[in-house]
Amino acid sequence: MSTGFVDQIFVRLKVWIMHFLPPGHDLIASFVSALLNISGVLIVFLTLFAAMSVLERKILGRMQNRYGPNRVGPFGLLQPVADGIKMLIKEDIVPARADKVVHFLAPIIIAAVAMLTLGIIPYGRNMTPLSIDGGILFFFAIGSTTELAVFMAGWGSNNKFSMLGAMRAIAQMVSYELPLIITTLPVVMIVGSLSPDQIVAAQSKYWFVFTPWGLAAFLLFFTSGLVESNRTPFDVPEGESEIVAGHMTEYSGFKYATFFLAEYFGMFAISGLAVTLFLGGWHAPLSILRFVPSYIWFFGKLSILLFVFVWARGTLPRTRVDQVMNFAWKFMLPMAFTCVVSAAVWHYAGRGFFAWIWSLVIIAGVYMTLSILLDTKKKFAPRVYRFAE
Amino acid sequence: MINIAFFIIAALTLGSALAAATNPKLMHAALSFAIAFVGVSTLFFWLGAEFVGLVQIFVYIGAVAVLIVFTILLTRREGEQLRGFNWSGVVVALAVFAGLVWSILKSPSMSILPPEVSPLTVKRIGEVLMSDYVWPLMGVGVLLTVALLGALILAMEDKRE
Repeated sequence: MSTGFVDQIFVRLKVWIMHFLPPGHDLIASFVSALLNISGVLIVFLTLFAAMSVLERKILGRMQNRYGPNRVGPFGLLQPVADGIKMLIKEDIVPARADKVVHFLAPIIIAAVAMLTLGIIPYGRNMTPLSIDGGILFFFAIGSTTELAVFMAGWGSNNKFSMLGAMRAIAQMVSYELPLIITTLPVVMIVGSLSPDQIVAAQSKYWFVFTPWGLAAFLLFFTSGLVESNRTPFDVPEGESEIVAGHMTEYSGFKYATFFLAEYFGMFAISGLAVTLFLGGWHAPLSILRFVPSYIWFFGKLSILLFVFVWARGTLPRTRVDQVMNFAWKFMLPMAFTCVVSAAVWHYAGRGFFAWIWSLVIIAGVYMTLSILLDTKKKFAPRVYRFAE
Repeated sequence: MINIAFFIIAALTLGSALAAATNPKLMHAALSFAIAFVGVSTLFFWLGAEFVGLVQIFVYIGAVAVLIVFTILLTRREGEQLRGFNWSGVVVALAVFAGLVWSILKSPSMSILPPEVSPLTVKRIGEVLMSDYVWPLMGVGVLLTVALLGALILAMEDKRE
């Protein structure tokens, strides 16, 4: 019984706070309930953002054989405080020819969108801030608004680097939104619902990542997620050596920090959705481990995915624009469709051992065919410079 | 309370639509148009049509608004220039509005209370799409594929030269 109490402690806390309200006012009750959910999500993820910003630099330092931040506080753990103060007291520069209103609104919209997408993810048993029927659809519908915000940032700055960065960002976000959405389709098909709560409930026996289509879809989804959050192997929109900082070039001080926050929140949201769709949400991997509270499992899985984000940033070089786009349309999209077909075969073959084999055969066959077709047969040779010599 | 929510949504939608029609800066007009789309989708949410509201955001803000701003960006090489206000458009708009109001007021269903509808869930929409409306769905699919192929052919490099 005590384990159940720890598991539901935040839910009980909310019920306890709600019972102080005067009875009979449904409007006030729903307003306070929404406010409590929102503040819970914001407190947790702002803390995670602060922790992530220092941990990322620590891990990157470790990978690059250096210390990373270690001056502020014990082990450099108070670095986010110093960063926050620095960002707040920096001068806010707005270019003279910029479109003031659009320039001001872009970071606000981009951060608001990133926070909204966090709302539909089930963080634990009975712990979904916004439980709606079409949760997955909500995530992608709200997420698609980011493109307009990025465009506003690029256009409002009235700067060529900003505009080029925004164009690159939008091009790759639109291209990778397709595989991202199509790889969620097999999960939605198998569960028969667009609600994240029901998707998690359907994974109580086994996680979808342990089926062939689930594993393939998870890898494709995670790669698309890397692109959607403009993180390092795919950060061409802000490639420093080419276009300064992309659409964020003309932002300084707290507005820049807001973009930074939105990038991290987007990363949390996409990792959280990956956990929900493929890694069993808040379920424990084994039934003996059920005594550990559900939210600890969720945030454990989330932190592993976040570590992979940092790991990719520390080890992979930046891809070229044409490579990113070709990869999306020639490889990711056909593979995403294959996952849908494979999941359907798995379902109709009875979800057993043979279904597993058939599903694997389809995925492997398409993968082999694609790799033969897309092989450019280029041999490695000394690099020839066309313009630089 | 419900009326207050409706009036806020309506004021937002109409205000931004008016701004889209009258704003001399083309890009601001396009962005106001996007806000009007948000207002319309909020209206759908308020009416309980969650799915339609989400699709409204998805299609109109994620795709149509981005398409509009890109069209403006890629076609106008000169700087911002003032547009004259086109009064003939007002006449057309008023005529359309009058026609709509007239047909709504004339229709006999105004006096009958609407039948109780069960809430529209995503599951029901899926079932209806896959049973009653499967041929229109197929038709739209083929149409979109043709449009995609056409765009590809337009953008394709000509290898023969």
